[in-house]
Amino acid sequence: MAPIISVKNLQKTYDNGFQALKGVDLDIQEGEVLALLGPNGAGKTTLISIICGLARATGGSVTVGGYDISKDFREARKLIGLVPQEMSIEIFEKVEPNVKHSRRLFGKGKNDAYVEQILRDLTLWDKKDNRIRELSGGMKRRVMIAKALSHEPRILFLDEPTAGVDVELRKEMWAVMSELKKSGVTIILTTHYIEEAEAMADRVGVISKGELLLVEETNTLMKSFGKKMLEIELDKPVDAIPPALLDRGVTLGEDGRTLYYSYDTAAEKTGITDLLAEVRKAGLTMSDLSTRQSSLEDIFVDLVAKQKEEETEDAA
Amino acid sequence: MNWHAVAAIYRFEMARTFRSIGQSVISPVVSTSLYFVVFGTAIGSRIDTVEGIAYGAFIVPGLMMLQMLMQSVSNAALGIYFPKFVGTIYEVLSAPVSVPEIVMGYVGAAATKALMIGLIILGTASFFVDLQIAHPVAMLAFMILTCVTFSLFGFIIGIWADNFEQVNLIPMLVITPLVFLGGAFYSISMLPEAWQTVALFNPVVYLVSGFRWSFFAMSDVPVGISLVAIGVVLVACLAVITAIFRTGWKLRT
Repeated sequence: MAPIISVKNLQKTYDNGFQALKGVDLDIQEGEVLALLGPNGAGKTTLISIICGLARATGGSVTVGGYDISKDFREARKLIGLVPQEMSIEIFEKVEPNVKHSRRLFGKGKNDAYVEQILRDLTLWDKKDNRIRELSGGMKRRVMIAKALSHEPRILFLDEPTAGVDVELRKEMWAVMSELKKSGVTIILTTHYIEEAEAMADRVGVISKGELLLVEETNTLMKSFGKKMLEIELDKPVDAIPPALLDRGVTLGEDGRTLYYSYDTAAEKTGITDLLAEVRKAGLTMSDLSTRQSSLEDIFVDLVAKQKEEETEDAA
Repeated sequence: MNWHAVAAIYRFEMARTFRSIGQSVISPVVSTSLYFVVFGTAIGSRIDTVEGIAYGAFIVPGLMMLQMLMQSVSNAALGIYFPKFVGTIYEVLSAPVSVPEIVMGYVGAAATKALMIGLIILGTASFFVDLQIAHPVAMLAFMILTCVTFSLFGFIIGIWADNFEQVNLIPMLVITPLVFLGGAFYSISMLPEAWQTVALFNPVVYLVSGFRWSFFAMSDVPVGISLVAIGVVLVACLAVITAIFRTGWKLRT
């Protein structure tokens, strides 16, 4: 199936010489949720700004639904809804007329029933006659989503939708996104909250210093990059790790009672069976065993650190 | 053509005017009345006629032109600057809207507001002086042309401006002096010869002169030249706006 968004060798260099995007290639399939992860200044917002028409690329191409974003900008933009990072909204306007205004901007005629449905879905219907300035922060965010959805787009860009919001509101936003996903909308989410990507995304793209380091299905990424940590709790504290365990890379916790063993889940042999045999042989008694999966955050940090190392090596 | 978008921008901008109807309408009516009291009655009582026209009536086209130019520039500049300032410009820039459509929406609304103010001033003036309009259709055409042209100019200022001070700078420091020195309250034939030549470099002279012709069938410069002058400013503004959107200057990064 042809991707709904296809980005080829996309480049952006600002007038001051800063290279925000260094040849990004990315295909996004219809109906998926893609999370773009990256530190501040990585190029996430630049990438979506170019796709949405807010910034101009200095190289490469982008098609949306098969339409080139420059040559067929009208057709391409009709398919896109954008919720920017900043709370950019006319606070003196009323909710419903403002959402209808957005719909008309995208060339769509009157459809009060559809607008009502969006406002109901986003639990804004009872606030439709309120001025936006009277709403809470969470409601304002939802108004922005309603505006972005007002013209029935097939793609929704959410640029850091939960940046700077409290935990409760973040969960609320996740619920909204889940509902949108169910309705078949393709969602591209930029975030630096790893847990958000882990919870919401089908695929994760890691972007750093204008380069897309990888794009992978979230589950596959967790499996292929994920390491597990085995924690062995002993019934009595020990002064030092027995040499046989030290050779296997086991470390001792500060309490002297916990042994840590890191292993690769994708490896042919994890070495756990042999390790447990060595523990027994060393005369240690286990009181508990547990494992912990490395988070997407660990993977992300590893990838960005690896990029830094490569740059340092190249420079040397 | 995305007519829905043109209408959306136009209606949105007009709604902003009607929300502050008192400020939008009462303010120019009050200031025009003050001009009539000061220039028409206090000073005008010492000037009998200008080119055979009662002084009070003579200044009406100039007063209308002053307010229309100020309103056109200010409304259009604020119309595009405000969404830039609050960040909502992203919505227009990411919508399937072309440059002519964006300009039609914003400039159309600003020109409409300025035209409304011009007509209100004309109505106000009729309470103070006896007015005869020699060419009413030409008067309306001049008003529309002037409002559109200077709304385009204001639109450029709004895109250029980085703060509210800059939005107000051009109307206050450029437009007002040009109108006052452009024969709004006198005929340039009343100036010494050398200053008459200098005045001809002021584009507002041509606007006021042409507009005054539509009222009294007399002008400082031929009407054709006035039309050409407005046309030149109009084309120049359109060219600048086209270049701005082509390069994305101050709008797209």
